[in-house]
Amino acid sequence: MNFDKPLPVPTPTSAPFWDGLKDGVVKLQKCNDCSVWVFYPRSRCSNCLSEALEWHEVSGAGALYTFTIARQPTSPHFASEVPQRLAVVELDEGVRLTTTLVNVADGDIRIGMRVKPYFEPASDEITLLRYQPA
Amino acid sequence: MGLLGEAAVVGFAEHRHERKYTGPRKFTIEQWADLARLALDDAGLSASDINGIVCADIRESGMFTPATIVEYLGHPVNFAERIDLGGASAVGMIWRAAAAIELGICDVVVCAMPARPIPSNPTQRPVDSRRYFGASSIEWGSPQAEFDIPYGNVAQNCGYAMIAQRYAAEFGYDSRAMAKLVAHQRANGAANPNAVFFGQPVSIEDVLASKVIADPLRMLEIVMPVAGGNAVVVASREVASRCRHRPVWVTGFGEHLTIKTPTYAKDMMQTPVGPASRQAFAMAGVKPADIDAAEIYDCYTITVLLTLEDAGFCAKGEGMEFINDHDFTIGGDFPMNTHGGQLGAGQAGLAGGMTQPIEAVRQIMHRAGDLQLGQCDTVYVSGTGGVMSEQAALILQGD
Repeated sequence: MNFDKPLPVPTPTSAPFWDGLKDGVVKLQKCNDCSVWVFYPRSRCSNCLSEALEWHEVSGAGALYTFTIARQPTSPHFASEVPQRLAVVELDEGVRLTTTLVNVADGDIRIGMRVKPYFEPASDEITLLRYQPA
Repeated sequence: MGLLGEAAVVGFAEHRHERKYTGPRKFTIEQWADLARLALDDAGLSASDINGIVCADIRESGMFTPATIVEYLGHPVNFAERIDLGGASAVGMIWRAAAAIELGICDVVVCAMPARPIPSNPTQRPVDSRRYFGASSIEWGSPQAEFDIPYGNVAQNCGYAMIAQRYAAEFGYDSRAMAKLVAHQRANGAANPNAVFFGQPVSIEDVLASKVIADPLRMLEIVMPVAGGNAVVVASREVASRCRHRPVWVTGFGEHLTIKTPTYAKDMMQTPVGPASRQAFAMAGVKPADIDAAEIYDCYTITVLLTLEDAGFCAKGEGMEFINDHDFTIGGDFPMNTHGGQLGAGQAGLAGGMTQPIEAVRQIMHRAGDLQLGQCDTVYVSGTGGVMSEQAALILQGD
């Protein structure tokens, strides 16, 4: 069976993040009250529950926190992506995000390696934030 | 703080684990009634004794699940809970039942988890591709739908695999130790007539030769889905005294939730079973060294490894060495998952998490047949939901 890949549907809260990716920019929220960086986008700070969150443009650079190579599709929607190079990246601001790795050979993937964004347009509205070696 | 140990598991029921269920199809609610009756019979109680239930979702009702079940069973209750803790649900059910009993609001609580297929619906409906997302929420506004699923971070394998890879980077990884864990559990499961792998042990080499599903996890390190279903009856001291079996007292519990998706864990290597287990041991006044057996939730080998460490059986980073140093089989120096665990017995959906407490109960009641441990009065039990998202622990004890 062929299924369309599920794409994000931005919310009023998260729209600036997805708008940024469309422009090739990573934007993160930071709390003006406790100075903690927040990801994923929220309406309140994940540390102090303040509403005083402000968007900042960041480099998007970080280090590979962990990864796996899924040799069977994680769901039928991703059959065309197998082997899926699933990863968690820790940005230099300290937050972590789920992504996939591109432009890297399986044998060259190392936890801790420096990585940078790869902006992949997935539709007219959505650009996904994948990662590649820095 | 905590339980006084005045509530006990007094009976249980198991629907046999089968790779392919061929018996008559029944609805979840009908299976619930079957399991309830079997568990009450086992305890020596009757239907009219029920005054509490704890359930998880049923297929026939999206809401008002407890009332639906109570109505179907035909007996009013003073206590009804619906638990949503994935694989930790069974442990969560048992401590809630014990707590309600100690509060004095009920004295016979049935906790059941049916897990057999239901009848085919004669009203054909198109396949909804969303069902493949399983426990991962695809609803608009769900953080998972927006930031995890679009990258393919779906279901359990990849999440546990990424935890294992991180472990390898921080502490090193010994594939043979993980394979030994499977081999020992399968040895236990091979002697358990209820296990899907009854009579089918595997060697370390078999595990290492099984194909990689998501690095570093191999197929034999991942549970086999089966049909089944389980129930337990928890009762007060007064009721327990007139039941058929040795009461198994719930003397300690803990429960801890941190994240839904491990990406967002503050420290992926410190799992919620740590705080849950420390609370359970402290409440029971028992130390890890005092237990006679450990029944540890085992959807994957990495789950067991991290539980051994975080529950305090060995230090962080020393789990592989601990596995190499101990014998987990019946007759071994650290009997663990004496029914084979879910790796050896199969995973019947959410009911898989009830196999661990039931095995603890069976051992303490001295009803384990060929798998019976010589001395078994104190057992540690864990439950794990999601991807190390929500975990719970019990200390179960005989007098």
